[in-house]
Amino acid sequence: MIRARGLEKRYGRKRVLHGLDVELPRDGFLLVTGANGSGKTTLLRVLAGLAAPTRGTLTVEVDRARLGFLTHEPLVYRELTALENLDLFGRLYRVPERRERIGRLLERFGLWEARSERVSSYSRGMAQRLGLCRALLHEPELLLLDEPYAALDEEGARLLDRELEALAGARTLVVATHEPRRLETLATARLALG
Amino acid sequence: MGLGLALALLVAPEDADQGISQRIFYLHVPIALTAYFCFGLGAWKALLYLWRGDERHDLESYVAVHQGTIFGSLTLITGSIWAKASWGVWWTWSSNQLVLFLVLFLFYCAYFMLRFSLEEGARRARSSAVYALFGVVLIPVSFLAIRLAEDFIHPTVFTREGPQMSGTMFAAFCAMWLAVTLLAYVLYRVELVGKRLSTQLRELAEALR
Amino acid sequence: MTYLADVAALARKDLRVALRARDTLPAMLLFVLATLVVFHFALPARADDAAAYGLLWVAIVFTVLLGLTRAWVPEHEHGVLDSLVLAPCDRSAIWLGKTLATLAFLLAAQAVALPVFVLLYAPLDGAALAGTVLADLGLCAVGSLLAAMAAAGRARELLLPLLLLPLAIPLVVGGVGAAISPAEERYLLFLVLYDGVFAVLSWASFEYVVTE
Repeated sequence: MIRARGLEKRYGRKRVLHGLDVELPRDGFLLVTGANGSGKTTLLRVLAGLAAPTRGTLTVEVDRARLGFLTHEPLVYRELTALENLDLFGRLYRVPERRERIGRLLERFGLWEARSERVSSYSRGMAQRLGLCRALLHEPELLLLDEPYAALDEEGARLLDRELEALAGARTLVVATHEPRRLETLATARLALG
Repeated sequence: MGLGLALALLVAPEDADQGISQRIFYLHVPIALTAYFCFGLGAWKALLYLWRGDERHDLESYVAVHQGTIFGSLTLITGSIWAKASWGVWWTWSSNQLVLFLVLFLFYCAYFMLRFSLEEGARRARSSAVYALFGVVLIPVSFLAIRLAEDFIHPTVFTREGPQMSGTMFAAFCAMWLAVTLLAYVLYRVELVGKRLSTQLRELAEALR
Repeated sequence: MTYLADVAALARKDLRVALRARDTLPAMLLFVLATLVVFHFALPARADDAAAYGLLWVAIVFTVLLGLTRAWVPEHEHGVLDSLVLAPCDRSAIWLGKTLATLAFLLAAQAVALPVFVLLYAPLDGAALAGTVLADLGLCAVGSLLAAMAAAGRARELLLPLLLLPLAIPLVVGGVGAAISPAEERYLLFLVLYDGVFAVLSWASFEYVVTE
């Protein structure tokens, strides 16, 4: 699913990734650990295609339509409601049965009651949960999560746990976190940075 | 190369005709043409960068635009001197070439502001490249606009033709043009080498850390 | 025609976000009106109509700068733009959606400002209005691209005017020319040329500005 050799990412003179090799088969679960600033976010951005590596080769076997990405920001529009946000992304990702799927996701993550309120009125945890919905909406084959627990509340963390347990083995996952406690058992591969 | 440069720079003014006005013209036009060429080179390297993603092209584009801006400001200065010598004013809006260079000067100064405000990396390189391409498209469009603007800007009556050139004068002009182009090329390479060297030094320092 | 559907969805999003933020349109409108009033005090008594048209265009350009900054800065602040870049749609659709939304706001502001201008200063004929719309298009098209560039860096509010103004000069020439010159077709045609060339250029190069 993911194959990288000698991956390097430089921002001008600052080198963030130093010659990484990554190998992840389909439906594997890669746990990326490392202190803050060790390049976890950069690695995930490179894998997602948001940044191109300065050197090395990278093959990711899915296209953008089958890729889900979540970082510690929810990446949703604050002025729109949950429904409007998911409707937009549902359209852009050509999600079939858009409305039904949106409804199911919102319910699963406890956002159904707040669905017509603007994200600006949400708590950080709720907004992050919506971000998770956004990332899962199109049922991606490859899910890239960068510090997903960082902005989640108790409830959200539990829901994410449940979700990851369900997805592990059925989808390819890459999770970057500096607290790998919960996911140790699920991971099939590990990468320590920095 | 240096010898040829010096010779050309000396020969041309000697052959050039009487008066500062004429002399400056021999300097002004080649400098202007060289500036155009530099901007064109900058845009070409920018295109190569966007196409191939090779960082070296970004540096080459930047240096070319830098040289172009230097020669552009020289164009404005020599043009201003020429205006003073020919018509007694330091600036005139009726010289289309001069106005065009003023617009381009503003445009390319903004190029450096753009580079300064973005962090080093692929994003800065790509945005700069796109901007450099816009610049080269702007040259003819601006020129057209300035021509159209003549209608309602009411230019004061100055003849806009340069001096008529006879055979030898034309030869001198070409020699001057060659000299200025060579100068630009030398400066371009010098700056490019200098920048590459400092980049390599930084990488070395980084690697040793 | 999924491309157009994407553009429509994105433009709708941009309009909604800006309308709900509730400051973009009022700010643009108030700005252009206030500037028109300031001009009265800035123009000497002997100035003719032509000067008024020139100042109108200065006002329009600065109003567009206001709208563009407000359209793009929020995208970068919380990184939401990334979510659009990640989507499978063509990146240029993001640019087109934003351009259309900004254009809509500009036209809305002008729908009030232009009548006020006619009231306070000088008449505007059909050619002038056509010129205005065409120049608006050019400003929004190029401006959207430049604003996306500028918003990625620091001092973004300062940078955008520097980037846009030189490119806006031909549009100002076109707009003013269409208003005051008897040979308006030339200016209108020129505006069409500018729009064609620069809109295509912006459309094609947007991809490179939002990806690394």
